[in-house]
Amino acid sequence: MTAIDSPVLTADGKPLKASLRRALRREKARAFLLVSPLLLFVLLTFIAPIADMLFRSVENGIVHDTIPRTVQALRNWDPGESEVPGDDVFEAFYTDMVFAVERKSHTRLGSRLNYERTGLASLFRKSGRRVGKFDTKDYADAFNALDPAWEDPATWDMLAASEGASLPRSASAFATWLETVEADGNDPFDEEPWDVLYAALYSDLMQAPAGRFENPLLNDAQSAAARFEPVSLRDQFGAIDEDWLDSQVWRTIQTYAARYTPGYFLNSVDLKLTADGVQYRDEGDRIYILLFGRTLYMSLVITISCILLGYPVAFLLANLPLRTANILMILVLLPFWTSLLVRTSSWKVLLQQQGVINDILVALRIVDDASRLVLINNQTGTIIAMTHILLPFMILPLYSVMKTIPPAYVRAAKSLGATDWTAFWRVYFPNSVPGIGAGSVLVFILAIGYYITPELVGGTRGVFISNRIAYHISSSLNWGLAAALGTILLFAVLLLYWTYDKIVGIDNVKLGG
Amino acid sequence: MKLKKTVLAAAALALTVGPTAVSAELADDITLVSWGGAYQKSQHRAYVEPYIADNPEVTAVWDESSYEAVAKLRAMNEAGNVTWDLVDVVASDAIRLCDEGLAMEINHDELLAPAPDGTPASEDFGDLIVSDCFIPQIVYSTTFGYRTDMVGSTPPTDVCAVFDTATYPGKRSLEKRPINNMEWALICDGVPKADVYDVLETDEGQARAFAKLDTIKDDVIWWSAGADTPQLLADGEVVIGSTYNGRLFSVIEEQDQPVGMLWDAQVFDLDGWIIPVGLSEDRLARAKDFVRFATDTQRLADQAKYISYGPARMSSAPLVGMHADLGIEMAPHMPTDPENAKNTFLYNYEWWADYRDDLDAKFQAWLAQ
Repeated sequence: MTAIDSPVLTADGKPLKASLRRALRREKARAFLLVSPLLLFVLLTFIAPIADMLFRSVENGIVHDTIPRTVQALRNWDPGESEVPGDDVFEAFYTDMVFAVERKSHTRLGSRLNYERTGLASLFRKSGRRVGKFDTKDYADAFNALDPAWEDPATWDMLAASEGASLPRSASAFATWLETVEADGNDPFDEEPWDVLYAALYSDLMQAPAGRFENPLLNDAQSAAARFEPVSLRDQFGAIDEDWLDSQVWRTIQTYAARYTPGYFLNSVDLKLTADGVQYRDEGDRIYILLFGRTLYMSLVITISCILLGYPVAFLLANLPLRTANILMILVLLPFWTSLLVRTSSWKVLLQQQGVINDILVALRIVDDASRLVLINNQTGTIIAMTHILLPFMILPLYSVMKTIPPAYVRAAKSLGATDWTAFWRVYFPNSVPGIGAGSVLVFILAIGYYITPELVGGTRGVFISNRIAYHISSSLNWGLAAALGTILLFAVLLLYWTYDKIVGIDNVKLGG
Repeated sequence: MKLKKTVLAAAALALTVGPTAVSAELADDITLVSWGGAYQKSQHRAYVEPYIADNPEVTAVWDESSYEAVAKLRAMNEAGNVTWDLVDVVASDAIRLCDEGLAMEINHDELLAPAPDGTPASEDFGDLIVSDCFIPQIVYSTTFGYRTDMVGSTPPTDVCAVFDTATYPGKRSLEKRPINNMEWALICDGVPKADVYDVLETDEGQARAFAKLDTIKDDVIWWSAGADTPQLLADGEVVIGSTYNGRLFSVIEEQDQPVGMLWDAQVFDLDGWIIPVGLSEDRLARAKDFVRFATDTQRLADQAKYISYGPARMSSAPLVGMHADLGIEMAPHMPTDPENAKNTFLYNYEWWADYRDDLDAKFQAWLAQ
């Protein structure tokens, strides 16, 4: 009995179970080590970039990073109460803009906000040129005339350290100023303070209780500043462009101040996030639903034409003697091995109005010379060229499935009295359905993300959503929107795959054997 | 004591600066970005080949990415790995790159060679320095070419022929972007040349331009590569189309196609180099050394031997001679030739820099519908 209770031991006296487990674990570790380079490679070059791309579609840090003070100040602005934000917002915005212009980040912010409200890109650029020349220079002159110490950054440094709490705007503006000047490779203490610092100082002094500073320099400045001619920053901005006095502009900035935004996704489905909630875009700007719809529709048409054209070819291949079949197979594979660009360009030569097809039709008097067919730079062109390009992806799975259907089935059906058609339709065809499924999934998924062929032969009405993504990546530089469109496309494909699995069952898909 | 310190400091300075100055830390590789095609070839023959002949240790690599230069530079900059040393871009892209801090601001007089008579570079290039980052190379123009055999006995002399589908039936090709097209549309809608940008600034003006373009929308093949229109013209696919004047020169003179040049309302534009921000010291030194050579008076004049674009330096103009292979006089083919420049349209860089984002979005939406 004791022999059963006590564990079985191996030759070296360890329990067999533990020994086995260790051996298995070692085995697993070795297997993992073997695949780990590939795993790491896939992770770094595939998963990580996709994750990064998905992240860009919601990331919106640019507003907060470029104009942090304005974002802060706008939190307290209620558009219901006042049409235009108060002076505190304009002061904050002035400070932010001066530094943004110096860092050259204001044009990018303008471009970003322009996606939500056209006109903001030009507004930011225009203002960037003028913001350094505001009348706040008067403050600088007045303070410097009062005491030359204000011209010395050391004074500011000392005050920011000792009285920073009662001078919040000046202290924060001075800190950013130090960083900005140093980033340019200059020593801040050799520079003259900029106008923007004096404007912040003026506003701090005006809002602090009178004569409570510890440093007499500040108390003097405060009593003198009360007599300065105030410079209205609101008027200064209004003079650049009256759009700065438009409440919609500020509401747009307020709405998009958050670090993460659903804005790009809404944009991808022709909606936009406004201060009053989600709304449809203007009639003229609604194009994405149209493009998604067109992409799906054209991919479907391409898939169906591939089935119609590919099925007879695959059938022929599978039922001919091997020698002939092999030659035909090469004909199918030859275009498959030819460069995609070459094939697309040849379609251009064939399809254009002065091209081969039209010339033949005209020569045969089927078509009149004056009314040549328009076969390219429209949807027809895209469908023809892509059907040809994707055809091998339909034929090959079909062929490999048909090869495995025993000819005896059809013979048996016929011997039981079926006509040729019945034998094919009731016996052969159901057996070939897994091939159609595999081919369709392949062709459809490839088609939905196609880019180069529609770009070359699609004109304006035969392009896919992927062409739009490419446009946003390389021309408009709206990477957030491109990412959102790409994400939607990715999930649309996954959804289709899932639906297909539910309806047909992915186990029924056969790519061969 | 003070003297001793100064002497020591000077010696130290000489020691640290000396060796670097002598070995001149120049990188041996240079990656140049350009547009491909005939234009890149003209650059290669006019400046890269002679430069390499003088500096045999240098390997020059071309990257034909100018079309996407802004996007790619931004991506490289974000990744912190700028692999380009010198990028050929059109002026509007240079302005944008400069605005975003992706291109280096330069001192033109310091970096570029003076003219042979000693005129500093900034004066020699003059107004063509449209941005602090931009090193102009050529003046080109976007203009129209037409099929001489498809226009009957009345070849077009006016840019508005593009909008006249009754007299000139058939397809036309236009660039797939708002720049130039919007201006031409307004001019042909009766807006005086001087007022075009004022009108285009308003919503009504933009609607007016789109309405004019709408009248030919179904007859337009939109191009995005400079080689498209010459191909479409050669195939007889379009009766008239816009492209860069150098491409048309090549179709007409080098390939001998039945194509005519319509210089009316040609839009001058500039193309030139920018140096990306973020280069290591040795690469920057090589880029600067190359660009000084490549934009001197003789080199810019040499480029005009291979392509019909006007050199950006005033001092190069008198040196422009014959085409290197065809042996024809190049001056009459330059966009700046008085005979060709009777009616030109001045492209407003600043305006487009401001409004590009706005109009691009509207134009693309208009196209898709």
